[in-house]
Amino acid sequence: MSVRRLAKEQPASFAFSKDSQAKADWWKAKYPAARKQSAVIPMLWLAQKQEGWISEPAIQEIAKQLEMPVIRVLEVATFYVMFQLQPVGKVAFVQLCGTTPCQLRGALDLKAVLKAKIGDANHVSADGKFSWEEVECLGACCNAPMAAINDYYYEDLTPESLAQILDDFAAGKDPKPGSYDGRGASEPKGAIHTLTDPKLYDGSYAKKIKIPNLPEKPKASKAKSEPTA
Amino acid sequence: MAIAKVNGVEVEFEPGMTVLQVAELAGEEIPRFCYHERLSIAGNCRMCLVEVKPGPPKPQASCALPAAEGQEIFTKTPMVKKAREGVMEFLLINHPLDCPICDQGGECDLQDQAVGYGRDDSRYDENKRAVEEKAMGPLIKTVMTRCIQCTRCVRFITEVAGSPEIGLISRGEDVEITTYLGAAVTSELSANVIDLCPVGALTSKPYAFEARPWELKKTESIDVMDALGSWIRVDARGSAVLRVLPRNNDDVNEEWISDKTRYAVDGLGRQRLDRPYVRVGGSLKPATWAEAFAAIAAKIKTTAPERIGVIAGDLQDAESLKATKDLFTALGVKNLDSRQDGAALGAGPRESWLFNSTIAGIENADVVLFVGANPRIEAPVLNARFRKQWVAGKTRFGVIGEQADLTFDYDYLGAGAKTLAGLAKSKSDFVAALKAAERPAIIIGQGALARADGAAILKAAAGLAKTVKVVREGWNGWNVLHTAAARVAGLDMGFVPAEGGLATADMLKPGALDVLFLLGADECETAASDAFKIYLGTHGDNGAHKADVILPGAAYTEKNGLYVNLEGRVQMGRRAVFPKGEAKEDWSILRALSEVLGHKLPYDSLDQLRAKLFADHPTFGQIDYAPGSVAVSFDVGALGADGEVSDAPFESPIKAFHLTNPVARASVTMAECAAVASGAAKIAAE
Repeated sequence: MSVRRLAKEQPASFAFSKDSQAKADWWKAKYPAARKQSAVIPMLWLAQKQEGWISEPAIQEIAKQLEMPVIRVLEVATFYVMFQLQPVGKVAFVQLCGTTPCQLRGALDLKAVLKAKIGDANHVSADGKFSWEEVECLGACCNAPMAAINDYYYEDLTPESLAQILDDFAAGKDPKPGSYDGRGASEPKGAIHTLTDPKLYDGSYAKKIKIPNLPEKPKASKAKSEPTA
Repeated sequence: MAIAKVNGVEVEFEPGMTVLQVAELAGEEIPRFCYHERLSIAGNCRMCLVEVKPGPPKPQASCALPAAEGQEIFTKTPMVKKAREGVMEFLLINHPLDCPICDQGGECDLQDQAVGYGRDDSRYDENKRAVEEKAMGPLIKTVMTRCIQCTRCVRFITEVAGSPEIGLISRGEDVEITTYLGAAVTSELSANVIDLCPVGALTSKPYAFEARPWELKKTESIDVMDALGSWIRVDARGSAVLRVLPRNNDDVNEEWISDKTRYAVDGLGRQRLDRPYVRVGGSLKPATWAEAFAAIAAKIKTTAPERIGVIAGDLQDAESLKATKDLFTALGVKNLDSRQDGAALGAGPRESWLFNSTIAGIENADVVLFVGANPRIEAPVLNARFRKQWVAGKTRFGVIGEQADLTFDYDYLGAGAKTLAGLAKSKSDFVAALKAAERPAIIIGQGALARADGAAILKAAAGLAKTVKVVREGWNGWNVLHTAAARVAGLDMGFVPAEGGLATADMLKPGALDVLFLLGADECETAASDAFKIYLGTHGDNGAHKADVILPGAAYTEKNGLYVNLEGRVQMGRRAVFPKGEAKEDWSILRALSEVLGHKLPYDSLDQLRAKLFADHPTFGQIDYAPGSVAVSFDVGALGADGEVSDAPFESPIKAFHLTNPVARASVTMAECAAVASGAAKIAAE
């Protein structure tokens, strides 16, 4: 992770669209009037959803709307790495997982694909449509290697499938998120080899335990001792 | 009172104290960086680790851990030693080894504590982190690589100064202290972060590379930049005052001082009057003391006392006021005034011009009404106290006057005298609260009093004070907020026109006088007066420009003197350096002049002068005593006089916070600050 700074080139202004302003107002109304600034993270997120990234005018606008010091909004925006402080690709913004499990499963090859097709990390492609960055573990190690593209996870990627996905985005299509090697989710690939014993699932392996604090049965009223844990 | 054991010794403590405070009660020193008594607890430096039983078997951050009955606290065990060494080693991983070129060297918490609690050597040979410098305005120099992220500056600016402009951005190893996009910090208390910074990350820009602390002669003195009389330490080398630092006094300035107090001192070396001058043929020519005195004597001896007037300035010590008053009273002069702004104060009992609740006592007020006062620029350190009350939710504030950003919320009632007059009958929520308050206070400023209709406004405010009973058993909530350090001393010794004498405004009218003696008076416009003007002062400022004879005096750092702050506390300022050139201490100039004029003053030393002062005005003998703490029978309703009241809104007499007196106007640093401040004002207006 590098030092998080605001982008050098900033738009002249920022305004919430009618739609995002309605959502922002909903978030603001959720908190007591004196605690309005609690809505800062949702508001930053709405700004990012609208523009793809968070610009300096957007930070100013949010501070104004929430009546909080602008430095406080900057603190929040620079703290959370999910807030993009640089412009991102308009069509697809790829966040490639580069952490150990994904790397062992071939993330470095995917990186080469991204570099070839889009260019250097953290730079928007010349046509403004694509950008990519390497991120830390996104929590989908079962389906490594994977990348988050815009709002969805694309899993079990190969250099070929990733290239195909990028081509589809470029062609204006909407590639289907999820696993790209035929799995439905994170279940084992092919036949199941472990945890096959049916006894695991019928309860017969379970150890009998005495559950404390159960409601007393009326019958046991004479011995009123504390339950032994 | 609960009892805990510190290193086996029993200590009694108040419930609610932290383990660190309890250990300090027992006399144990706990190293710390982020913890500060007057700021909220952050607990992020981890330097204050101690061992506590009962508790988990690991070191605990004592600053953030509440002490409990029966707790055993250990500060000298091997575990604590190892923990401190570990924390210190981590702090030093990214701290540069640039102590020889660091301005904090010699007064650096990190340096001291590394010696006291750190390892003997470093095991770290990787590259250190480097951080870009940040712009924080003309006062604060940053070397952010040295920052250890204690966040004291962030907490001070947010909590005490109430102007949240500094923040900690980014996260983890990359965190950086910064203002928003390098904007200058605009708070009037901003430079206190330099004192708070435990390392050399935030240092003083005007003082950069000037001196090492052990080269400086330190003199404990009193500030004159506002009427608060903050406790300061004047650090000088040779004949130059290099810097001013705050001293701790919970009853006056806590441990803060305003930026003007701290940084106007470079004005003490510029624009100084270092020899007498006499106007010959329209231009000022250097003269000897004898020539200057002869010129004055020739003029005064041929002038009737009714045609002589005296105006005293805002930075004067009580001794020079006393000597001036004695001399000119002996000459039969009745036209004496220490109120350059013409404030309608001085008649009536002493309580009528004091801040009677006292500075510390105002924290007990539950409803406060400001009338024509803007405490943020008139007394910034006092304003921090109001903000503290507001943060604690203890006090409700109302304002009649300017609707300025005071760093706390208030009920805005109106702009001028009309609102004040109708307030007693108003049905507003705030007035109901004021009437129902247990300890109500009215703070009336010079914006309301220093006007032609000041006496009538004083009467209206006094009437309101009577109605809401601001003076009652055990509480006196009648408070005057002064802007001039010399004002209360002047009023206390009756430095006001005698029966039939002229006040400042009348003295300055064309043809009113033949001789005008200005004792450091630079804030009144003397151009219209065609009198022969004698100026005794320190700087070539307004007063000196139009003077016919100039007598060079001593600035507040160059003389021993008594000052009375707005609450009536008599405080002693001490000389840090000698007066410039041929300049002399003001009282001794007056003593010498009195001999030439044939009315020799009856004192030959400062001690004799003080003895006379104490005998004539006993209140001056009570050093460091604030009279407000005594219950008095004081009829607040009798103040003021009937008269026409104008509809003009109350406006603070201070238009530019950084340029209120000759010292500040001569200061380059203050000029820079004023430029930044006026620039900021312009942006805000757009």
